[in-house]
Amino acid sequence: MTAAVPPLVRRQRALVEEKIIKEIKFGILSPEEIRRMSVVAITTDQLYDRDGRPVPGGLMDPRLGAAIPGMVCETCGNDFRRCPGHFGRIELARPVINVGFARHIYDILRATCRQCGRIKLPEKELKRYLKLLERLKDKWPLLAKALVNEVKQRAAKTPECPHCGTHNYKIVFEKPYRYYEERPTGRVFLNPQEVRARLEKIPDDDVKLLGLDPKEARPEWMVFTVLPVPPIHVRPSIVLETGIRAEDDLTHKLADIVRTNIKLRESIENGMPQSVIEEWWNLLQYHVATYIDNELPKIPVARQRGSLGRPLKGLAQRLKGKEGRFRGNLSGKRVNYSARTVISPDPNISINEVGVPVEIAKVLTVAVRVTPYNVEELRKYVLNGPDKWPGANFVITPDGRKIDLRFADRKTIAESLAEGYIVERHLKDGDIVLFNRQPSLHRMSIMAHIVRVLPGRTFRLNLLVCPPYNADFDGDEMNLHVPRTEEAQAEARELMLVQFHILTPRYGGVIIGGLQDYVSGAYLLTSKATLLDLDDVVDLLAAAKYEGEIPEPVILSPKKKWTGKQLVSLFLPKDFTYFGKAKINAGRFACANELCWNDSYVVIKNGELLEGVFDKKAIGAEQTESVLHQITKEYGFDTARRLMDTLFKMFLRYIEKYGFTMTLDDVALPKEAYEKIREILKEAEKKVYELIEEYKQGKLEPVPGRTLEETLELRIIEVLTQARREVEAYVADVLDPFNNVFIMARTGARGNELNITQMAALLGQQSVRGERISRGFRDRFLAHYKPGDLGPAARGFVYHGFYEGLTPTEVFFHAAGGREGLVDTAVRTSQSGYMQRRLINALQDLRVEYDGTVRLPDGTLVQIKYGEDGVDPMKSAHGKAVNIDRVVERVIGWRM
Amino acid sequence: MSKLYDPQLLIHDWEKLSKLIEPELEEAKRRLPKRIYDELVEKLQKVASEYGLTPDEAKEIVKQVIDEYEISLVEPGEPVGTVAAQSIGEPGTQMTLRTFHFAGVREFNVTLGLPRFIELVDAKKEPSTPMMTVYLDEEHRYDLEKAKQVARAIEYTRVENVAKEVYIDMATLSIVVVLDPVMLEDKGVTVEQVKRVLERLKLGPVRKEDDYTLVIELQVKEGYINIMELNKLKERVLNAKIKGIKKIKRVIVQSRRLPDGREEYYLLTDGSALKEVLEVKGVDPRRTITNNIREIEQVLGIEAARYALITEMKKVLDEQGLDVDIRHLILVADIMTQTGRVRQIGRHGVSGEKPSVLARAAFEMTVQNLFDAAARGEVDKLLGVTENVIIGGIVPVGTGMTEIYMRPQVEPVRREER
Repeated sequence: MTAAVPPLVRRQRALVEEKIIKEIKFGILSPEEIRRMSVVAITTDQLYDRDGRPVPGGLMDPRLGAAIPGMVCETCGNDFRRCPGHFGRIELARPVINVGFARHIYDILRATCRQCGRIKLPEKELKRYLKLLERLKDKWPLLAKALVNEVKQRAAKTPECPHCGTHNYKIVFEKPYRYYEERPTGRVFLNPQEVRARLEKIPDDDVKLLGLDPKEARPEWMVFTVLPVPPIHVRPSIVLETGIRAEDDLTHKLADIVRTNIKLRESIENGMPQSVIEEWWNLLQYHVATYIDNELPKIPVARQRGSLGRPLKGLAQRLKGKEGRFRGNLSGKRVNYSARTVISPDPNISINEVGVPVEIAKVLTVAVRVTPYNVEELRKYVLNGPDKWPGANFVITPDGRKIDLRFADRKTIAESLAEGYIVERHLKDGDIVLFNRQPSLHRMSIMAHIVRVLPGRTFRLNLLVCPPYNADFDGDEMNLHVPRTEEAQAEARELMLVQFHILTPRYGGVIIGGLQDYVSGAYLLTSKATLLDLDDVVDLLAAAKYEGEIPEPVILSPKKKWTGKQLVSLFLPKDFTYFGKAKINAGRFACANELCWNDSYVVIKNGELLEGVFDKKAIGAEQTESVLHQITKEYGFDTARRLMDTLFKMFLRYIEKYGFTMTLDDVALPKEAYEKIREILKEAEKKVYELIEEYKQGKLEPVPGRTLEETLELRIIEVLTQARREVEAYVADVLDPFNNVFIMARTGARGNELNITQMAALLGQQSVRGERISRGFRDRFLAHYKPGDLGPAARGFVYHGFYEGLTPTEVFFHAAGGREGLVDTAVRTSQSGYMQRRLINALQDLRVEYDGTVRLPDGTLVQIKYGEDGVDPMKSAHGKAVNIDRVVERVIGWRM
Repeated sequence: MSKLYDPQLLIHDWEKLSKLIEPELEEAKRRLPKRIYDELVEKLQKVASEYGLTPDEAKEIVKQVIDEYEISLVEPGEPVGTVAAQSIGEPGTQMTLRTFHFAGVREFNVTLGLPRFIELVDAKKEPSTPMMTVYLDEEHRYDLEKAKQVARAIEYTRVENVAKEVYIDMATLSIVVVLDPVMLEDKGVTVEQVKRVLERLKLGPVRKEDDYTLVIELQVKEGYINIMELNKLKERVLNAKIKGIKKIKRVIVQSRRLPDGREEYYLLTDGSALKEVLEVKGVDPRRTITNNIREIEQVLGIEAARYALITEMKKVLDEQGLDVDIRHLILVADIMTQTGRVRQIGRHGVSGEKPSVLARAAFEMTVQNLFDAAARGEVDKLLGVTENVIIGGIVPVGTGMTEIYMRPQVEPVRREER
């Protein structure tokens, strides 16, 4: 793995000797080992003397390592940057249980004989099991585990030792660290000394059968006789502004242990009564236990300063949980060379670019090696220095020194630049960076963009990449990272650039594509009604950076006119052929094939858009088998990117010229329409009251398995839903299909028919937990209704739309329904987040091997062929390996 | 105009065309999976007869299909597990939380959406709404009456379900059971049957008072009547099983139109007891299925459980209108069933049984995992992703999979060329 570390980074690390970790072995430290690695025995709980110097033999003994700048380690002679820290030890006056192993000790005590220390199973069986265990251990670790459990359980059930015939008593474990023997005379406490003595007796072979490794973890080592004291680096003291020293929780806890240990030793040496000794012993056990884990059941939590202070953090608390060492520092790390700010839209940059504020570009740096080819350029950057963009912040000399250009003489440094130097220059246009928005739910949440340094204080991104990031501009912030090594930069460029993620592996379709105004614009431009004169054509093509001939106009006289379809065709690949329905191909604009009066069937032959409009189905994001999808698949990511950087800009330019907007009148219905709607609702209301009447008279036929009340609710909801649907259909009928709001709904740019109905006509039934709203006051939602009123209005049917305005009571129903949505989202994110974490954790090690199999890293076979056919969903045609119809269309479609 | 097209060479006859492009078809047969090859041939036939094809065009189609297939294959090193987890987890935020009434069947509540999906990956012992779809054999599936017969045989029926009223007559010290003729008819139970059930309870002689009233004369120990006892006896009467399978609380008959136009009846049940139901006469054991994965594992085996997992997950996502490729679900099901038993995705299953100590510790139960590893003297070989993130190594997926580094000897560029 040494070769994998790029030289650039290696140089920076040169301070520390480089080693490769091949494996990590876990085990329990034996007392001998603890003594061997210890440099000092801690004998006093005093930390500092009167002069504030650490006391030798105290917990801050300088032999434990140099942890403060300027200090030299008394053990290794290194300064604080190189001294790794050294362990000390506390010789315990009496052994104590290591709480972490309390459960293990219990299992072992139960399974072994108190007299001879053997597992309480016949010799023959033990031999057989041992053999079996050796065989299973490496190949089938899970089975080995099961075998060990079986041995433990069976041995625990046998009271009579088959080896020495001793009768064993039942062992009781009292959490967290006390053991008793249940003798006929009563419960007898087993102190840690006795426990340890028993554990010592167990022979190595039996230890193996208990699932332990006697070389790395003898059971008696689970009882401390010597306690290792971690180096100061692990528990640094903090000097507050007032000059007062605050010690780390672990130091406090260790001091408690040392103190108690001294007291215990004294009371033993002074021949104090057994009860006193035991009291100190117990206290020592408590301190050692809470030092390891301060969240143990059934014992009080150790706190800073008596019972009122903050609970101290034990060793376990440091490791545990989301902010613990593992999840907080090891699996997820904080990084340098990153930035975060608010995002804003910029339709003028490419989809794979990101606008970076100058202020940020001056802080983030890229390490560039000086070569004969770039030395002149780099000199300029060095001369510009850290404050003038594009400049540089640091220069690293061939011997590894880092020169800060803020304080150095830049001229001399610039002159001395030569091969072997590294310049940390400012971020500039063309650099590659990673861009991310949380929550990072899928791989498209982190993509590589190319830097465009721009004025302003926000990151800018092209609107088309909003869907993969799920970003909008209501205050969203995003993160940016600069890949440091050439290797990382190359991978980012080759694999992570935005265009390589136009297709999503979730379902094999485009996730980057037109949305909102892009869709409306495309529709308006390609619509049959659009005829453009030369000025427009030039303007539009310029917006799309088109270079080439302007096509022949479709209308020559009285004035030259071009269609939008002609302009769009200029950007399509010349041999592209496509047939398909548009999004507007629905309702009264439906067509089954290319014989279509409504222009809702898209026909492209040899790169010429002959018929049909472009809308969401053609260019939209999150669509499958759309025009955009086929072009991406067949002509590559770069073609797709270019299309989005040119054609799509034309769509926006057109909608700007067109002046697309929305007015109140767009959702206004004629007077007769309101009457008609009222009629529909009256009818429904009548039906509802009939149902209620039936229910009251007991004539209502209940649905099997439902109560009468439930049945009534079901039926009422059905009636009201039906009524709303009728209104919806009616509204869609009355409204002008070419009004702006309706265009947006039909083309899929924004909103749907239901939304329009809600604006123009009525909101309909509001619901909470899938039922009509009924809770609030007793038997009614609001005091404005009679108790027990089951009518539509009293239970949340909103008769008005936003155009007319809601009545006061309706507002409350609407708010109740709306609130549920908010609560639901909040709850759902946490639940699905946890599910995703578990899924990732369970699946992340899987990969496809060179032979096409899917395996775990240890070689375990999971699938013989990925997904049963070896097809990558991202590259599939919406799940299918090959869309043969499409191939046929491609080859002979032009004459079909 | 395509240069492959020459109107004079148009061929509509497949026999003729296939002979002309035989080498290409052979090639396709060799390189394509059978399913795709068959589809290709079928499509070519259809297109040829409809539009006609020139041999060049046909060859081009064959070539492009082969190309497209080979391009669509996964690349080695692809971290398919992570991709699957993301592809399932990401739309998870869009799933609903509520349990809905089952589309079309308003009798049952069925857990759907996110809770159901979590239930599946948890490999719960029993789903929160166990349910079966019982298909019937040839004899019973086309006849509503016969279907109802099977339904009655399955549905757990207790005295309570057919009784209009059950009360204790303190005067005569008896329990009176008044049966409901409508319910009797509905459940297909006769008064005689109920009588026999009551007799089997051995509470005392059962007397038929009138057509629908049965009286149990209790045998009470001398002079001692305890109201609580009596009520308990009444409960026993109410809960006495008449017929059916214990776990099947309710059965409804559904029908659907088959492609051949016939009407097929099948049953939906509230509650699940696969083994018992499969033994019932009239049930088609090959199609009948439950939503309880563990039960399928026990009754039909691990392969069936795997398949059931896939279909159940797909069902949830489809119902929510979420588009997720089936391969991701297959992978999840495969990792769950890979050891021969159904393991949950989580600390008591897949994640908890990983060979790596660090990976387990980084997931959940950090401290306990470390102590266990110490006791066992475990060795972490650092093969997985998390372990390498922790130690600052290279993750063994994607481009990190390569173990050989190429060191090309770069020719120094000569000065003149600059």
